[in-house]
Amino acid sequence: MAAAARLFLRGAHTKLSISSVSTVPQRHFGPALLKLSPSCDPHTQTQCRHAAHFTFQPDLVPTQYGPTQKMNLFQSITSALDNTLSSDPTAVIFGEDVAFGGVFRCTVGLRDKYGKDRVFNTPLCEQGIVGFGIGVAVAGATAIAEIQFADYIYPAFDQIVNEAAKYRYRSGNLFDCGTLTIRAPWGCVGHGSLYHSQSPEAFFAHCPGIKVVVPRSPVQAKGLLLSCIADKNPCIFFEPKILYRAAVEQVPTEAFTIPLSQAEVVEEGSDVTLIAWGTQVHVMKEVAQMAQEKLGVSCEVIDLRTILPWDVETVCKSVVKTGRLLISHEAPITGGFAAEISSTVQEECFLNLEAPISRVCGYDTPFPHIFEPFYIPDKWKCFEGIKKMINY
Amino acid sequence: MAAVSTFSNMNKMYRACFHASRQAAALKASRLLNNRTFRVNSTHRQQPFDSTLEKPQFPGASAEFVDQLEFIEPNVIAGIPVYRVMDRQGNIINPSQDPQLSKETVLNFYHKMTLLNTMDRILYESQRQGRISFYMTNYGEEGTHIGSAAALEPNDMVFGQYREAGVLMYRGFSLDSFMAQCYANADDLGKGRQMPVHYGSRDLNFVTISSPLATQIPQAVGAAYAIKRENINRAVICYFGEGAASEGDAHAGFNFSATLECPLIFFCRNNGYAISTPTNEQYRGDGIAARGPGYGMLSIRVDGNDVFAVYNATKEARRRAVAENQPFLIEAMTYRIGHHSTSDDSSAYRSVDEVNYWDKQDHPISRLRHYMASRGWWSEDDERAWRKQSRQTVMEVFERAEKRLKPNPELLFTDVYEEMTPALTKQRESLFRHVQQYKEHYPLDLYDKDSH
Repeated sequence: MAAAARLFLRGAHTKLSISSVSTVPQRHFGPALLKLSPSCDPHTQTQCRHAAHFTFQPDLVPTQYGPTQKMNLFQSITSALDNTLSSDPTAVIFGEDVAFGGVFRCTVGLRDKYGKDRVFNTPLCEQGIVGFGIGVAVAGATAIAEIQFADYIYPAFDQIVNEAAKYRYRSGNLFDCGTLTIRAPWGCVGHGSLYHSQSPEAFFAHCPGIKVVVPRSPVQAKGLLLSCIADKNPCIFFEPKILYRAAVEQVPTEAFTIPLSQAEVVEEGSDVTLIAWGTQVHVMKEVAQMAQEKLGVSCEVIDLRTILPWDVETVCKSVVKTGRLLISHEAPITGGFAAEISSTVQEECFLNLEAPISRVCGYDTPFPHIFEPFYIPDKWKCFEGIKKMINY
Repeated sequence: MAAVSTFSNMNKMYRACFHASRQAAALKASRLLNNRTFRVNSTHRQQPFDSTLEKPQFPGASAEFVDQLEFIEPNVIAGIPVYRVMDRQGNIINPSQDPQLSKETVLNFYHKMTLLNTMDRILYESQRQGRISFYMTNYGEEGTHIGSAAALEPNDMVFGQYREAGVLMYRGFSLDSFMAQCYANADDLGKGRQMPVHYGSRDLNFVTISSPLATQIPQAVGAAYAIKRENINRAVICYFGEGAASEGDAHAGFNFSATLECPLIFFCRNNGYAISTPTNEQYRGDGIAARGPGYGMLSIRVDGNDVFAVYNATKEARRRAVAENQPFLIEAMTYRIGHHSTSDDSSAYRSVDEVNYWDKQDHPISRLRHYMASRGWWSEDDERAWRKQSRQTVMEVFERAEKRLKPNPELLFTDVYEEMTPALTKQRESLFRHVQQYKEHYPLDLYDKDSH
């Protein structure tokens, strides 16, 4: 039945299929390279391309923000948006297909709860969505714009880079669009191919005036999204779409914030620093475990969380301690954000480095469809990177 | 189960499309009836689906079937008339259209149009002498600026392109502020960060100009939407040229404003040229006004050199935009008498005779002067005295601005973000250390020591 439903969805609407096929129940998969979704019939293995290259690892249940509820990542986004609409009467949420709940279900129920003038569809036009959002923010209201996939954000590039990012500066602080937040599903999803898989954060990291944030889990997503919405600068919030359903945690129901521009040391270690953001943090955590078990190497795992402006201090402090740095992201290696981290760390920690900084990233190709298992910087490639650094 | 719920979602989406088309049809009807009886908020109305009717049921259009193959001619909308109040000699053509403005108001119009003209001449010359880096004149378009600005309320928000200095002047932006911006001196409200003519004023609700064309159009729509939700008597006006109307952002803005029902006036200054590109290489339809119906938007074409026509059209569009929460498109036909900017020489692409015609025979300033003279409100002596006085005022302000120091270099780093980031703090300190070390190579004397 589930398989039939999926097939129907594929035929009906490509974008919708992404949301439903990316359903990866939270489960520990063990060490094999390719994993089948439990919903796949073992007899049709050759038909099922559903591979999970990571294992989502929930954090400890947060206790400091009040009562929690079990939520996956899209539900935690909905919860953050719900908190915002309820506390800020100027807040509006808009984008393609958001009115009925969004193709990834992040805005489910919000239109009915808060009204058609606050949660609404726009015409299918990304430059319009961002331009409109800037205007809403300039007029003093809170604008939460959704771009349906990060891969489709480029028509809005001019509005983001030339307009949103420069509004405050060019007006001498007379006008700003600091209440604008742009949300977009981001990153690989197992079958997203060229145009449903991209991680475009590096394009925006070259643009002073905006903030770029990527969460790794439902709790982080809610706290960081609420920070982006409250922040007085325009923010781009990239949501790892593979985690929408795969990642489940106990998430506080009330509003809470996690500070921007602060990286988090998610695992302490002494020999190698591993930096990632979004889904890749979970790959890194598994790699740290493998390095400990197979090599006896102790890894410190850092979730950068905010790509721009990024937390140089936490990263450098760690590298001073470990002397080795591996950075990993899904986006192509050339000109990726790992390059920026690498050159800053080289400047700041030159004498502390025991080995060349290692970047394990996507290849300089478009994001490939059927070759995704070979393209992504999976745990084996990262593991090999650590081995090389240790043996340098 | 998943399949069922998704199907129902898709069905909802199709229904939403269906409404958009119904709405467009309703708009057409409303124009005929000159009211909004037929206008229904799409999000509030569900058109019942009735498969028994022998008419097209496509969600994206509402019309009848035909059995003759016929393409719609592109000139279905063509020859949109140009609304005017005065003829070229300043005579009121139809008394019912006379806005009946007081002598004081009309004199104010004239003072602002000519002061703008004088300021343009002096700043244009100053660029030619190398005293400022760049300038753009407003010659020939003064009527579009003053006529539209006068029809608005002071708290209406303005999103401009870059050739609307008259709108800002009408709102009360001082000559000192204009000059400070063009000189990028320490009094520039924009803190010396932008090229000349990129004005902005929070107090006057005039959003700071940016160079990229048409980006302001969808932004104006967003601002109008936020203002609509405040439910107050306020509107947004968005200026752009006929060249900018070719940008994707223009399409985005038109379409969003109509579907999201925003109290907004799109004011297109069709001045004949986008730098050197003439209108016949810019579009094939009947100008910009012809696009309105395609978006389900009310539109009008006016004589932009007739300040009263511009005033009347903008006033009525503003009234209805606020009352009915819908956008209006005004295409003001005018002529850019000056070069595009100080970086342009228009003799390379248009004849002097053409320019002279507009300068000497169909100029918004002379038309208004004829009108004033016929009322006995303005004499040759008044003209001479005012020209002398306005020139002197502009020159005084100009000299003050030129002497003023440039803003403190510290302002290079502020306002990138609301707060200073660690990286920027570090870069600022590094610059200051460097400049201390290499003082003689940097023009520190020209810059203010205080940061305001």
